[in-house]
Amino acid sequence: MSNFSSGDAVLKVEGLVTSFRTDDGTVTALDGVGFDIGRGKTLGIVGESGCGKSVTSLSIMGLLPSGVGRIDAGKILFEGKNLATLPEEEMRDIRGNKIAMIFQEPMTALNPVFTAGEQIIEVFMTHRNMDRSAAYKAALSMMEMVKIPDPERRLEEYPHQMSGGMKQRVMIAMALACKPAVIIADEPTTALDVTIQSQILRLMQDLQKDTGTSIMFITHDLGVIAEMADDVVVMYAGQVIERADVVTLFDHPLHPYTKGLLASIPHVGQHRDKKLSTIRGSVPSLMNLPAGCRFYGRCPYRQPECEQTRPALESHKGAHEVACLFAGRIDAGEIKPNYEALGGE
Amino acid sequence: MIQYVIRRLLQMIPILVGVTLLIFFLFTFFGEDPARVALGSHATPEKIAALRAKWGLDKPLIMQYLQFWREILTADFGRSFVSGERLSEMFKQGALVSLAVTMPPFIMGTVLNLIVAMLVAWYRGTAFDRFMSVIFTACMSVSFLVYVLLLQYFLAYKLDLFEINGFIPGLKGLPYLFLPWIILMIVHFGPDVRLYRSILLEETKADYVRTARAKGLSEKQVMFKHVLKNAMIPVMTYTVVEVPFLVMGSFVLEKYFSIPGLGDLLVSSVNTGDFPVIKGVTIMIAVAYSLFNLLTDVLYALVDPRVKLS
Ligand SMILES: Nc1ncnc2c1ncn2[C@@H]1O[C@H](COP(=O)(O)OP(=O)(O)OP(=O)(O)O)[C@@H](O)[C@H]1O
Ligand SMILES: [Mg+2]
Repeated sequence: MSNFSSGDAVLKVEGLVTSFRTDDGTVTALDGVGFDIGRGKTLGIVGESGCGKSVTSLSIMGLLPSGVGRIDAGKILFEGKNLATLPEEEMRDIRGNKIAMIFQEPMTALNPVFTAGEQIIEVFMTHRNMDRSAAYKAALSMMEMVKIPDPERRLEEYPHQMSGGMKQRVMIAMALACKPAVIIADEPTTALDVTIQSQILRLMQDLQKDTGTSIMFITHDLGVIAEMADDVVVMYAGQVIERADVVTLFDHPLHPYTKGLLASIPHVGQHRDKKLSTIRGSVPSLMNLPAGCRFYGRCPYRQPECEQTRPALESHKGAHEVACLFAGRIDAGEIKPNYEALGGE
Repeated sequence: MIQYVIRRLLQMIPILVGVTLLIFFLFTFFGEDPARVALGSHATPEKIAALRAKWGLDKPLIMQYLQFWREILTADFGRSFVSGERLSEMFKQGALVSLAVTMPPFIMGTVLNLIVAMLVAWYRGTAFDRFMSVIFTACMSVSFLVYVLLLQYFLAYKLDLFEINGFIPGLKGLPYLFLPWIILMIVHFGPDVRLYRSILLEETKADYVRTARAKGLSEKQVMFKHVLKNAMIPVMTYTVVEVPFLVMGSFVLEKYFSIPGLGDLLVSSVNTGDFPVIKGVTIMIAVAYSLFNLLTDVLYALVDPRVKLS
């Protein structure tokens, strides 16, 4: 029933451990993260703020703040290379060329003192060794591709002269410039208003169809995941706690955290069980993680074993994987949620 | 652009009116009687009255104020009480000499400090960076006067590398300027490089830097294209405000190197109560300041596309 991680993966992440040196000690932001991105597919990554989504993308890009963040273990396999250990020089050939990134903040992600054109042209000049006039023509066709009206004029404009949606189109044009195999989109539409958001999502879907690019789509909006993703990875406190194809995940979530997340999306005309509508409590601090399951403190299904035993990500049915000791029994209805144990309303 | 400059020049008029009124009233009501000062304490009342009449000090205030404006507009502030020289000549001479002292080290220093700051920022966090920070702090903890005295003593007196004392305006005076230039550059080195370094490093935290790296640009392109152009905006803010004061020269250096610049002139005229000089210099500063402010804004518009001259 699940077709997750069909053999043809462009990018494979395995057991990724990334940590940051901070004034209060070392923070392990990612602890054994793994997933595959299928060719031409969109992988959605969801999770609450601070669970490590952006750190995952920066680890893949080799853009962790130098001297502060580093990959301690794990592999990032792409075109036969392990990006986790690839020298900076080779990494630079991949960035913006074979793996490109779209950031959340279109307001600040573009350089305010260079024109949109200059910022796209740069990509072609860096990776395609084009001269300026060839790069200009290429940039112009990118602007047309992302459906920016009046592209000649827009190329000469500075970011502050553009709307948020327009800037994000420029970002997308930049990302697609070298026809990358993978685009990492870190909450590309969060900062935009709803109508612009759906335009940008539509544009990304259309471009994906045309170019066959794979997309790693980071968001905490499950609605967007449902619309965009083929496969989904759910992250919690630096770990992957569930992965499945999108239909399976929405129809049949296994992890109590995923169940909670899905229950918190409002459905039209549905009377919601108020107790299920939010996940109470907050993510544990990465400085002070529990020995067992990281969701223990907030889990309505928790059992005594969960406090000390750390669940591994294991296959449930086919490619549907979940990191919960009792996923099977919860799924079979043998364990009922107990909200009172988590403290009253 | 030209329209903007013209409008800004017109806007300077009310500012200057305010400055002149302030100077005029301060000197009229709080200053001593210039005629008495000029003639000395032994002058007879008749003589003083005669001089007052000659300078128009017995006329109604409004007439005196208009007279002040005529002096400004014709750039003719009369003569010094003390030396009897024409002030316009004195100012021109003094300002040129002062600029000769301050302008070259300002330009060379700013460029040099920016280059050093880029190097330090490039090697941030390395032993070189830490070593340089120690140097900057050491440079900054020594006072200006100590530099003047020590360098004069060692470089000029002991080693006889530089000429001091005996400056004459014109090209012949050039050798006398080298040591003051070096001193000014040393004095600005520590604080400027430290400031520029922190401006550059602050810029590297910006989101657009991450975008530039994500595009696969080299670290050099990131630093020297993307970061540097943005950093020029705050760098300019800090440097251009110094420009108007360059005309005033460095009073300390002019004193210690016997260079007759504007700073030296102003201080000695305060000591001797040479009012026309003080008045004239104050007006000059006000005008220079407004003009350089305008220049700053125009420069901003050139560097930062978000700034619109309108
Ligand atoms: N530069 C850094 N220095 C120290 N710790 C960091 C740094 N960047 C990230 N972290 C740690 O990694 C954790 C995960 O951060 P990350 O930015 O990946 O969260 P996220 O899932 O992208 O959240 P959001 O939805 O808010 O973007 C943070 O909670 C923080 O503890
Ligand atoms: Mg994030």
